[in-house]
Formats: sequence, C-alpha cells, structure tokens
Amino acid sequence: MADHTLSSPERLSTLDRAVQRVLGQPIDRTDGPAKVSGDARYSFEIEADNALYGHILTAGIGAGRIDAIDADAARAAPGVVAVLVDDPRLPADAVNSFDKLKSWRLGHDIRFFGQAIGVVVAETQEAARAAARLVDIRYAPQQGRFTPDLSHPDEIEPEGLRPPVKTGDFDAIFAGATFRYDQSYSTPIHFPAAMEPQATLARWEDDELILHSSLQSTGGATKAVGRALDIDPQKVRVIAPFVGGGFGGKTSVGAEAIYAAIAAKHTGRPVKIVQTRRQVAALAHHRAPTRQRVRIATDADGHIRAFGHHAVIAQRDNRSFVEPVHIGTTHLYAGDARLMTVDLARADHPTSGAVRSPGEACGTLAVEVAMDEAAEALGLDPIEFRRRNEPKVSPANGKPFGTRKLIECYEEGARRFGWDQRSAKPASRREGDWWIGHGMAAAIRSNITVEARATVTLEADGSAHIETDMTDIGTGTYTILMQVVAEALGLSPDRVRVSIGDSSLPRSAGSGGSFGASSASSAAALACQEIAGKLAAKLDAEAKDLTLQDGHATARNRRVPLTELLGGEAISAKGHAKPGKHTDAHVSASYGAHFAEVAVNAFTGEVRVRRMTGIFDIGRVLNEKTARSQIVGGIVWGIGSVLHEDGVIDPHSGQFVNPDFGEYHIPTHADSPPIEVHFIEEVDNLANEAGAKGVGELGNSGAGAAVANAIYNACGIRVHDFPITLDKLLSALPEQD
Amino acid sequence: MAWERKVGKAMHFTINGKNYDADPDIRTSLLDLLREHLNLTGSKKGCDHGQCGACTVLVNGRRINSCLTLAVMHQDDEITTIEGIGTPDNLAPLQAAFVKHDGFQCGYCTPGQICSATGMLNEAKQGWPSHVSERLEGDVELTDDEIRERMSGNLCRCSAYPNIVDAIREVAEEPA
Repeated sequence: MADHTLSSPERLSTLDRAVQRVLGQPIDRTDGPAKVSGDARYSFEIEADNALYGHILTAGIGAGRIDAIDADAARAAPGVVAVLVDDPRLPADAVNSFDKLKSWRLGHDIRFFGQAIGVVVAETQEAARAAARLVDIRYAPQQGRFTPDLSHPDEIEPEGLRPPVKTGDFDAIFAGATFRYDQSYSTPIHFPAAMEPQATLARWEDDELILHSSLQSTGGATKAVGRALDIDPQKVRVIAPFVGGGFGGKTSVGAEAIYAAIAAKHTGRPVKIVQTRRQVAALAHHRAPTRQRVRIATDADGHIRAFGHHAVIAQRDNRSFVEPVHIGTTHLYAGDARLMTVDLARADHPTSGAVRSPGEACGTLAVEVAMDEAAEALGLDPIEFRRRNEPKVSPANGKPFGTRKLIECYEEGARRFGWDQRSAKPASRREGDWWIGHGMAAAIRSNITVEARATVTLEADGSAHIETDMTDIGTGTYTILMQVVAEALGLSPDRVRVSIGDSSLPRSAGSGGSFGASSASSAAALACQEIAGKLAAKLDAEAKDLTLQDGHATARNRRVPLTELLGGEAISAKGHAKPGKHTDAHVSASYGAHFAEVAVNAFTGEVRVRRMTGIFDIGRVLNEKTARSQIVGGIVWGIGSVLHEDGVIDPHSGQFVNPDFGEYHIPTHADSPPIEVHFIEEVDNLANEAGAKGVGELGNSGAGAAVANAIYNACGIRVHDFPITLDKLLSALPEQD
Repeated sequence: MAWERKVGKAMHFTINGKNYDADPDIRTSLLDLLREHLNLTGSKKGCDHGQCGACTVLVNGRRINSCLTLAVMHQDDEITTIEGIGTPDNLAPLQAAFVKHDGFQCGYCTPGQICSATGMLNEAKQGWPSHVSERLEGDVELTDDEIRERMSGNLCRCSAYPNIVDAIREVAEEPA
C-alpha cells in the first residue's frame, strides 16, 4: 500500500512529471449525460420489490412533553401497515458519529418544533400521508427558549470546532490606538436547502442493513447509523452514487434513514421515506444565527494593531457543534493583538450545524464589511488597506502559510473588474432610477487535510479502475478522480472507470469542509504512484525515469504498450493519504477576491446585482470547468446570504415561519448576474499530495460582503443586520434632486 | 385491495409517445405517477408544492409542475418527460448544451430545468411576453434577462444559473 504521511513539502513526482495533459483541463462531467437525461438514479429512485412508504410524524409544539399518542385510527386506516412511536431509538432529528446519543434520543420530550416522533408505514405514499393526520398526539407544552438572547450567552467559550484566539494584550492596545472601529453585526439562520430532500430506501438482508440514502459521506455514515440503531457499523452498507446536493446538510445521517431502517426491520419489507420540504427545515441542521462584534484598531497609517472578532451563536441542548465564526478571520489580516471567540446561547431550536462555508459565510459578512468601513474612515482604498495588512506569516501563531496569492487576487481582480473606475464617494453615480455602486471583499476558506483511501487497478487491458467510498454531491468527483488517474497513469479519459458512493469501497472522509476532492485525489495519486513504480520495475528503471503517456510506458529508451508490459496481469494498489507533522506546522487556506457592481433603486430600495468578478487561489486546479462552477455557485450563495436568505422562527411557538422555497428565498435565475471567475494557479506542495486546496466553499466566503460594500458605495447606506432587504434601505435612501 | 382508493379501472396515459396503463390511488399526483408507478424517475421531487420546478414536465407541449396536478386529470394528454427529450446516448441539443456549459452540478434540478427550457423556447417563439419584455406584442428577442426571467421558476441550489443561461442561449441561437 502507498501509505503516506505528508511530512515534507516534496512534490509528488507522479502528478508533477505526468504528461498526459488531462488533469486540470475543463473536461465535461463524466456523469453529465446521465444527469441531463434523467438516467441518474438518486436514493429514492432505486427500485425495490414490495417496498413500503413511511411518513414521519413531527411535533406540533416547540417545548414540552408528549402525554399520550393515540394511533388507533391511523393503524386502522386503509393501507397502513404500522405506526411506530415507541422505539427508544427513533431519533429526534439527524444522527452523527460525534454527538452523544441523548442529543437525539429524546423519547417523548419535545425540544424543538418539528421534532421527529414517529412514523406511519403504509402501502402507498398517499395512504401513509393521510394516516399521519389521524395520529392524535396530546402534549403538555412548556414555555420554550425560542428567542435566544445573543447578547447574553449561556456558555462562554464552549467546547467546539474552533479554539479561541488570544494573542497580545488586546484590551490595552485597542484602548490606546489612534484609530478604533467597533461595530456589531447580526446574521440570520440559513438553510442548506439542497434540491433533493433527505431521502432513504432501507432494506435488510438478514442482519445486514442496506441504505440507499442521500448523504455526503457513505463510510462515515455507517458509524453514525450503527450508533443510532445499536448495531455493528460493519453490518451497515450505505450507497449513494448520486446525491442531489448537500451543502453541509447531509454531513450527518438524516432522521428518515433511521426511521426507514427501523420500519423495514419491523415490517420485513423495504421501506422508503423522503422528508417533506417543510420537514427538512427542522430535521436537517441549519446555519446558526449569529451576533458578532468586530473591533479593529490601527495606527495613523492604517496598520492594524489589534483585531477583535467575537460572536455568539445559538444551538440546542446537547448538540456540540459551534459555528466557527472567526475561523477565516484568524489568519486573514495583520495585528499582533488578537481576540477572537465564539460563545453560545442555548435555544429550543432545531439543531444548528455546518452549512456551506461554516464560519466564513457569516463571519466574512461582518469582517469584510468592517474592513470596508474602516478603510473609508482611514481615507484608504479598501484594497490598499488590505495590502498594508497582508501578513507574511500567520499573525495568530507565527506559522508560515502554504501558497497564499491574496495580493495577486486583489490586483488581478481590480484590473479585470475595472476597480479604478469606481468612485470612492457613495451615491455619486446614477443611471436613471438607479444608484450604481462597486464593492470588493476578500475570500478565505481554511484548507483541511483529511484521511482518505482509494484503490486503483491498472487492468490487463490497459484501462484503469479507481474505487473509493467518496461521494459526488455535484462537486465533480467522478470527473476529477478520472482525471487524476488518467494523468498519473498516462491514459486517455475514456480508459478510466470511477466507482464511488458505496461504503463497501475504500474509506474516504466523504464530501464536506471542501476537503473531498483534494484528499481523495491525494489517495488516488498515491495509489497511481505505486503502480508507476511497479511498471518502472518491469522496465528495469526507476519510477522517476518512467514516462506514462497514451497507454504506453517509456523508460531507458524503450516505449512499450501497457498491455504488453502488464503481460495479462492487472496491477492493483492502495493509496492512503493523511495529515502529517507538517500539516500543523503551517497554515493552509484557499483565497480570493470578490468584486461586485450593484444597482439600488432610488425610489424602492430594490437591489440588483449587475455583475461580479472573482479571482481565486485554490492551489492546483483539478478541473477548470467544475472548479469554476463551484466558485460561481458559491458566489450566488453569497448573493443569497446578503440579499435574500433569512430563516425566521416564530417567537411564540418556536416553529419556522418560512421552511420552504415559497417563503425562504434562495437566489433564482433572475437574481444571478454574469459572474467572471479566474484562477491564479500555483500547486500547493504543502497542502497535500495532489497540491490542491478546497474550492467548494470559497466562493461563498466574502461574496455577500462585496455586494454589501457595493450597496454602500451605491447609496451611502450601511446595513449591519443581514440580509439587506429593501425595507432596511428605504427610509435612508438619498434625497432626490 | 380494500385499502386502496381506486377509480376501479386502469387509467391510461400517453407519455413520451408510449402508452402506459396504471391503477394508482386517485390522490396520486402526476409526479408520483411517473416516479412511483411507471419507473420514470427522471422527473424530480424537490418540494412537492410547485415552488422549485424540479418536477417540470411538458403536457401537450406546455411546461407544468407535475407535483401540482393529479394523474387522473391527464389521461387524454400528451405528456413529455426528460426521458422523452433525449437519452444518454442520444442527447437533445439542450441536454448536450447543459453538459458542455456545465449547467448543473448535483443534477437534481436538471431534468426540470431542461423540460422548462424546452417549453420556454417554444413560448418565446410563439411571442409570449414576460415580466421583463419591453413590449407585449411582436417577436420576442431572447436576451439573457429574458431567459433569466422566464427560467426563474426553476431553482438550482448549486446555482449553476449563469451556465444554464449560457446553455439555453446557445440552443436558442441555433437556426431552427
């Protein structure tokens, strides 16, 4: 096995010396034809003989207890096979491998509105749904904590994903500084809102459970399912070749998977359950609402001396995830004195969790607007202010950076966008009824290296097959892994087969945290490196002297077809990538710069984003087309977060007011402007064997702030409570001439 | 079986030019008929409430949300689903353009986007105005703003929107 712990910044010869010219190319997605023709089967679409349908029962109060459940009428309803409400394993919402069981095993205690409490199983969807309305649930309601006070946290510096940053004497330096900026911000609940709702087909083969489920990881999910059902994870197989979006919301295992598994065992038949769109809002996690305070102190020349970023977020009892609000701010700008913390207010809300760009999405809305505001107060161009505060090493811990081309991103973006045409004075450009403005912001996304395994087989016929339990949730995994293997083994794209999305395959960490592509690609590259070594040996050569191209191996002046060299025998190798000593010895992140042009209606306050430009540093670009698409999607998310998205909880009942697409407004076609994206590519030897950094969450980091800054530049109004809906602009619009 | 709510005789449907007989519960939506009874799973369920467009199919050439209509109402209609637009080995121009321009990521909204675009292009050809049209009568110039407006009933959380517009524009500009 090519077991590799990254401990020295050496290039992986296999990819760097490869000459096939497949990797990085803007190749069409290999799963494209299946997806555009409806041929790709998602979890609920897998055929199963004699399957039953489940409909999840949810709580109609936000806090209290269930006194009694009368399911007699439902059980007697036409087509109903079972009503399950008493199994202690029935989870309140999603399950995972890290929270305590008691976080979701709530029995008849109700801790949030919409909590799952049982399931009706019937011969058809229609029968299950109709019977669910017949279940009579008697509650003993209590007063819930539906409106957490984010200015008075319950837990100071809770255990969570992100440790606090405390360097230097922040209070003293801030108090004594020439220039001080101090501003509070708030961001609302965001839903991941993948188009495919959480859905599972569960069936048992003897004591083995097979779940076709819409999840971001397959292997990782087996552990969570095993815990939730009190069974051996080895007896769980999770299959997810196509996943209709995740965005963090499918990093845990959906409640419906556990209900389906229990119901399938109970009835002895396969069971299909899909969460309704409105159920998803409460049963899958959301991004926590935040209250943030940003403090920036500089000297007279705008050099930052102290940087403070404090946040309070909401989370329900016993859930351990803490939105890492300052994760991006930690290493972004200079300032020896740093105070960055996240505190927690407990709430009787559905679970909050990691949604696309956790920390950065909400954190940059505050910090990147703060930088714009501070720059203006200092009389500096916002790019110049950032340039003066670009650190050479991490200002938080003194460690070196991996590749960091942030300054180049600013400069290239400014040139392409036409930043020099911007008027620094707000409300100075008018076109008809519209104020026109321009804004920019930095993008940063921590790059995470995780353990990943892949098996690559070079078949006797000269084709290759890669296997890993990785998922493709729209991220391009099928295509990227093909490209890595084709590049490393010198094969044309159609000679590589990719098998993913099945927990029976070698274990990866799945899709999440933007680590999927780079980690799985590293494992693939390591496996290919081992194969290349064996091929070289067959030519009595060193691997470094071997060239693989177009199905031929060349070394020592001999060019031999792979089929001949293999002599009828396949070569298989296992790649195992994982973090090493130097992972912690440097700071790794992806970077970028966003530029936005907006129009603000002078009479209604309506905001239209007219165009955006972004320049990004993501290390090695594995596929220029899919990487660009990921960034474009992230930028549109940024537009959603700054202008539209706002999950609202009713303070009286604790229920979501807007748990569907009719009322929770994600961006549409009409909200999405032309978006220009470019990469400044430099292979990051320190990041991982593939030299690639995360891309999936980067576009969403800072994009909203660029729009917010452009709105200010257009009409002179600063909004610190997101989203910037027109009611927040209307009363302050500039006087008409 | 006694638990079923049936009309008592098989219903007849014409889908993608083929005849289908089915005997679903009368409460079955057109979308669930396709997905759960006829194994035509290309049409997707994103919200089941007509809010996302993932279930868009063509009924007598017009795009509709198949989740908002009952199967029993469509026995005399010509229904076209994504499976009838093209197959992986024989993609329709719109489908090929979606692949070329990367007009999708997860792929879940994609059949609805393509069915919707198919119907939309016909509407534009027939001179139907939209909210952003300058004039209510005469030929429609399918600008990017027109495409965006007319496609806004189809949500894409991956937000492949700019690429979808590129794909649709390319097909719209092809000589008929």
